[in-house]
Amino acid sequence: MVTSTLSEADSKKLLAGYGLPILAERTVATAPAAVESADAVGYPCVVKLCGDAIAHKTERNLVRLSLGTAHEVERAATELLRQATEADGDVELLVAPMVRATREFIVGADRSAEFGPVVMVGVGGIFAEALEDVVFRLLPATPIELDAMLDDLDTQAMLGEFRGEPPVDRSQLLAVLQAVGNAMVDRDDIESIDINPVLIADGKAIAVDALVALR
Amino acid sequence: MTNQADLQPLFEPAGVVVAGASSHPGKFGFAVLHNIITCGYQGRLFATNRNGGNLLGIDCLTSVAEVPAGQADLVYVCVPAAAVAQVLRDAASVGIRAAFIASSGFGEGHDAEGATHAAELSMLADELDMVIAGPNGQGLVSTPVSLCAQFVGPFPPAGGVSIVSQSGNLASGVMNYATASGVGVARAISAGNATCLGVDDYIGWLANDPATTAIVAYIEGVADARRFYETVKAATALKPVVVVKGGTSDDGARAAASHTGSMATNDRIFDGMLRQAGVWRSPDIGAAFGAAAALAVHQPMKGPNVAFLTTAGGWGVLTADAMAGSPMQLMELPQDLMASLDEILPPRWSKGNPIDVAGGETRDTIPNALHLLAAHPAVDAVLMLGMGIQSNTAALMRRGQFADLEDIDRICSFHERQDRRYGEAIVEASEASKTPILAATELALSNPENPGPATLRQHGHPCYTSPADAVAAFSALFQRGRYLDQLGS
Repeated sequence: MVTSTLSEADSKKLLAGYGLPILAERTVATAPAAVESADAVGYPCVVKLCGDAIAHKTERNLVRLSLGTAHEVERAATELLRQATEADGDVELLVAPMVRATREFIVGADRSAEFGPVVMVGVGGIFAEALEDVVFRLLPATPIELDAMLDDLDTQAMLGEFRGEPPVDRSQLLAVLQAVGNAMVDRDDIESIDINPVLIADGKAIAVDALVALR
Repeated sequence: MTNQADLQPLFEPAGVVVAGASSHPGKFGFAVLHNIITCGYQGRLFATNRNGGNLLGIDCLTSVAEVPAGQADLVYVCVPAAAVAQVLRDAASVGIRAAFIASSGFGEGHDAEGATHAAELSMLADELDMVIAGPNGQGLVSTPVSLCAQFVGPFPPAGGVSIVSQSGNLASGVMNYATASGVGVARAISAGNATCLGVDDYIGWLANDPATTAIVAYIEGVADARRFYETVKAATALKPVVVVKGGTSDDGARAAASHTGSMATNDRIFDGMLRQAGVWRSPDIGAAFGAAAALAVHQPMKGPNVAFLTTAGGWGVLTADAMAGSPMQLMELPQDLMASLDEILPPRWSKGNPIDVAGGETRDTIPNALHLLAAHPAVDAVLMLGMGIQSNTAALMRRGQFADLEDIDRICSFHERQDRRYGEAIVEASEASKTPILAATELALSNPENPGPATLRQHGHPCYTSPADAVAAFSALFQRGRYLDQLGS
């Protein structure tokens, strides 16, 4: 039973402690501070509205992508803060570099009534729901068992060289799986974890969004 | 590690009692007694019937309590559900340590009375310290003691495959494949309602059973998934396990707070769990038996390199296509192997893999090539295609009106002898080298008496009826090898 969720920033902070590869991101409270952060992380960048009560940002249009100038960042940040509702409680702005990637994966963990804690990897992106190419293992799982999950994906082409990009660095994707698995095993209070998407840029895996639900 | 039930008295009883034997050939109590007798059970046999009398040459006792103490280890129960508890108490009083309960009426119909009987069974298993299989099951087979304690057929030949099934009829199904192929069975049990002993209990025991070389299980659901996982994972470290999971379609995604949760259907997790536990999952009983037969008879593959030996081109092409989607490879032949093959094959051989002898074989060509390939360190497995073709022609000649011609008999006999030698060479070369050699020919179906497939059957080696089935079996051998490597690393 989920009682609460952690904000994207807090979810990432928790999982980074277990080795989740994330970008240099900053969280700030105001639009001017967002501009300052954008100058630091570089352009183009991304600004998102975050909060413990905000679980599904995309559905609420709380993500602004490909912001190329300070002016665009300021306008996006101002809009996002205005979109916050009373129910969202405390909110903040998350500023991150924009990553361009052609490949996406989804990694997660869940507690199954029948099987206990499980970890998942799957093909992400816009066709994810059509492909339903996902693989599960029970937790805890050894590094060899996690590695075998990638072999079990139907769409093996997603792991190889792809549109001029190098093959996926398996060790990086495994680091995501391991971080999620270890956090789930370590923390009895976690009900589920979604890392969606894990982007593959130049073969390297980056967790671009994360959601930890507590029970 | 879970507690390991001692199933020795179930599978290797020194004496068996049929409780509820019947004179009516349509009843379980007749069929099971009949099957135990006619299949040649080697231990002591007793039967009970309320009215006593003689059934199939056995003087019936009127109660299990009359069995001489210490003379029997297993009671096969086919009395009505309400009478089962007393039979078990009587059995325990004369030293019987195991029961197979064929009777139904233990809650499988979701009735309250049945549920009460089932609860009583669990209680009695503890109280009497007895292993209780079933209820509502067909029975068990144990070829090392020639025991066919089931009310159905078949009684398969002896071999290394052991079977656990949550459906009695699918246990029979696997045994029918075993009978047809000659790759025999060690133990088989229909778990019935699995009230006291679950599929994992049997798998755990069979993994330590010296007569068992591979395990096949048909599963619809498990009571405790974590316990199942731990037990089966421990089992696969010792023996290969093949699972068919039924009921996979009735498994919609659940509503969940997370994306992961919404993808987490029971079948997907079950599938991942089986792989993690080192299990080979098959889609149906025929494929499961095909995999188990290879795993029971052959060593795991050490690598992906497969050599095809064929006397018939087209099959080699199709098999190469079938293997293209697998992690195995139609291997490149190393220089030294090419040179050695050049010495023993006819000049017009294919000079590559598939190794096609192009019909130019003489008496020793095929056996020599099989031994050479299997013994070469770069070859992880060999597939023999085209066996039995000449004998198939011979069969036609022997049925024709010219069969009496002296030359016809001489040539037919030569071809039949050759196919027999090919079968023997497969057995000898794979045993000597520990390299798996599988054969595939549809003649195993169309003409089971063909000396090629018949020789393999007599030696308890599988002969696949299609190249795709052989490739699936290689996949199981390859996965097994890789899994054991990872365990060891």
